[in-house]
Amino acid sequence: MTLAGPRSRRPGGTNEVRPGRSASPSPALLGLSALVAGIALLPLVYLLILAFQDGWQDAAGELFRETTLRLVMNSLGLAAATTVGGLVIGVGLAWLIARTRLPGRRMWALVATLPLAIPSYVAAFVWISAFPWLNGFDGSVIVLTLSTYPYIFLPVLAALGRADRDQEEVARSLGKGPVATFFQVTARQVQPAAAAGALLAALYVLSDFGSVSIMRYDTFTRIIFARANLDHVSAALLSCVLIAITVLILWGEARSRGRARFSRVGAGATRARQQGRLGVWTFPAVLACAAVAGLAVVLPLVSIGYWLVRGSSAGLDGPMLLEASLTTLAVSAAGAALATVLALPVGVLAARNPGPVPQLLERITWLGYSLPGIVVALSLVYFAVHYAYPLYQESPLLVFAYALLFLPAAVGAVRSAVAQSPPGLEEVARSLGSPPPRVFARVTLPLATPGIAAGAALVFLTCMKELPATLLLRPTGMETMATRLWTHTASGAYGAAAPYAALLVVLAAVPAFLLGRKANGLEGDR
Amino acid sequence: MRAFTSGRRGLLVTALPVFALFTAGCGPAADDGGGDDTVTIYSGREEDLVQPIIDRLEEETGLQVEVRYGDTADLAAQLQTEGDRSEGDVYLAQDAGSLGLLVQDGLLAELPSDILDRVPEEYRADSGEWVGLSGRSRVIAYDPEEVDTPPDSVMDLTGDEWEGKVGIAPTNGSFQAFVTALRVIEGDEAAQRWLQDLNDNGVQSYENNRAMLDALDNGEIAVSLNNHYYWYERVKEQGEDAVGSELHYLPDGDAGALVNVSGAGVLAASGNQEEAQQALEFLLGEEAQEYFTQETSEYPLVEGVETMEELPELSELQQPDIDLSDLHSLEESVEMIQEAGLA
Repeated sequence: MTLAGPRSRRPGGTNEVRPGRSASPSPALLGLSALVAGIALLPLVYLLILAFQDGWQDAAGELFRETTLRLVMNSLGLAAATTVGGLVIGVGLAWLIARTRLPGRRMWALVATLPLAIPSYVAAFVWISAFPWLNGFDGSVIVLTLSTYPYIFLPVLAALGRADRDQEEVARSLGKGPVATFFQVTARQVQPAAAAGALLAALYVLSDFGSVSIMRYDTFTRIIFARANLDHVSAALLSCVLIAITVLILWGEARSRGRARFSRVGAGATRARQQGRLGVWTFPAVLACAAVAGLAVVLPLVSIGYWLVRGSSAGLDGPMLLEASLTTLAVSAAGAALATVLALPVGVLAARNPGPVPQLLERITWLGYSLPGIVVALSLVYFAVHYAYPLYQESPLLVFAYALLFLPAAVGAVRSAVAQSPPGLEEVARSLGSPPPRVFARVTLPLATPGIAAGAALVFLTCMKELPATLLLRPTGMETMATRLWTHTASGAYGAAAPYAALLVVLAAVPAFLLGRKANGLEGDR
Repeated sequence: MRAFTSGRRGLLVTALPVFALFTAGCGPAADDGGGDDTVTIYSGREEDLVQPIIDRLEEETGLQVEVRYGDTADLAAQLQTEGDRSEGDVYLAQDAGSLGLLVQDGLLAELPSDILDRVPEEYRADSGEWVGLSGRSRVIAYDPEEVDTPPDSVMDLTGDEWEGKVGIAPTNGSFQAFVTALRVIEGDEAAQRWLQDLNDNGVQSYENNRAMLDALDNGEIAVSLNNHYYWYERVKEQGEDAVGSELHYLPDGDAGALVNVSGAGVLAASGNQEEAQQALEFLLGEEAQEYFTQETSEYPLVEGVETMEELPELSELQQPDIDLSDLHSLEESVEMIQEAGLA
């Protein structure tokens, strides 16, 4: 979902219209957008206040401990190992599929995206239930690598499709072997795509809570959750460190991308080309693809099926399952609705009015992507306890957290939907005397509705899988599918957990399928 | 035609959120335990263990019960944060220490003597704010294939012969309570040193008691510090032959033989004092006490209820001479465990 952001706009596209020159944002729109941006900033600001309320010295004393260092090492180590593993699998599969005569290439391309349909904590449940001894670092690396390599595979596959094949041919004709050609030419061509994907994977690992907790590996998110109630200041401080690491990684990636230049001169000829022969390597290549598919897709499905059968023989708790499903649907729908409503002013503003202020406001709403769910939830819990007690542990606060976390997807959807509808129609309406709110309701909104609704549906599906914020913010007695899976897995009741795992996979399959279909035209930079 | 379809979609888009907000408002979240007759229990004991008896409680007493499950220490901290605004009515804890913590903060109400007197003095608060519901002994579980004579004191576990062979569950409330007991018996300094030595000795950390029993069966470790009933639960589930480990109840009042309680208190801020006490009475009744010993293999604390056959008698255990009301300094214990790099 993160890949389907608003950047897919292409200048000169038939549907696209550049923002009108006359557009100076209406004060109301600007005001509303600023309000939304302010709301999006709230968790971060309050977290900082809380973390440093006892002064810098106390904060430093709390931070410079062995535990903090251990968490930094653990989190970074996990992110690094996962990213390297993801690069090997993602780039390798993409190259096999795009550049060789691998048998069944289309099928492998589809299968390779399927892990996106398995939430990482469901994958963790699968692995820990099948191999209980495989916990800690090893288990976390396996689960997260298999869950995140599609973030690298998809953009690299697309980049290979677009890359200039002449350079490879030139290299080969100058006597370079296939391996040298791959590393000196092909790899350089797909480097921006691979780096963007690797960034996504690394950020995913840093903010992941569910799978590392199930795997019992101490990363920031796990310890923040463990201390959420026991020690507010410590949890807030660790959250700040985690955010700082995230920002550093984003900044580093942006810098390295800013320097590199990988361009191609001219449009390039689109000549049908022979795919490379694998020869004796055909069998190992197929075996490698099958191994990845087996571990990332078949094993989870078989394992969930196994526990479903075993669990249902012990008695399936139907009413409990139904209640959790209905609750999940209700809070997720509310979260999607609120996210969409909040996204409207910012999205419209960004689509219709260029300039630094609208751009800044839009960027602020993107914070949700870089703030881990556990961090946003933590900030909201503390805020509610101190300043909004009636909201504390009530469902509106949870809905609000969902909206903040998934605001970027909603803003992206609104923005691109509005950008694709011609502003001329709005101008006509205005020239005929309609006041701006009426123009918005009668012209802008109806035209953009399908795109906005698609965005809302995506947010809806994402909310249903959300775990850490739900765990911290849910009202007493409320259980969603994710929290049920979580508690059953924690107490080792894998049979009871299986139905929730199955439902979550089915739900997550929808956006994964949509993303897989888009894979061809994917740009992959976010 | 186009305008018509988008108009309909527009309606759908406005109607859906409204509907969603409505259903969310009516969901299970809507009833808050505060003033109405729903008893809200904060349970530091697992749902699997507690929910069946809560269901019976609802049937028998006609009370409406809502349970917030969590970690014992976590929920205590949460109740402290919530203070007198809390919607909780009953706090059900896995150990006496967390209950003592709330007593110190004045968050628990004094219980009437007809509830307190059902339980022997040593298994309730000195000042009458909480009462034990079931007893559980700390034990050493060991792999008889690896260990000929299990140690008679936890203090021995820092020795060379146990390097890399010991399992603990450092984030578990019962382990933390045991550390508090160790501090009370041996002093803070000795306890801190013991934790540090344990870590230096390559102790293995696990999430919970079950994981440690798994690890014993897998040969990952040779001994572990457990609560007794998880072992009996395992034997019940898998049969005696399938369980590789055995239990050793420590002699001579060692800290590792602490008999702690799962207990409960009524929150002072609760608007449902009477209903909350009714819930406690049920949990001290014959049915619930039977349940705790027969189903979860714990010690019943109410006279007249027989202990599960397989368990050694409570009176035979050589537990340390310790007042459960002294176990409240939980925070310091957690800090010491963290300080030693164990959690």
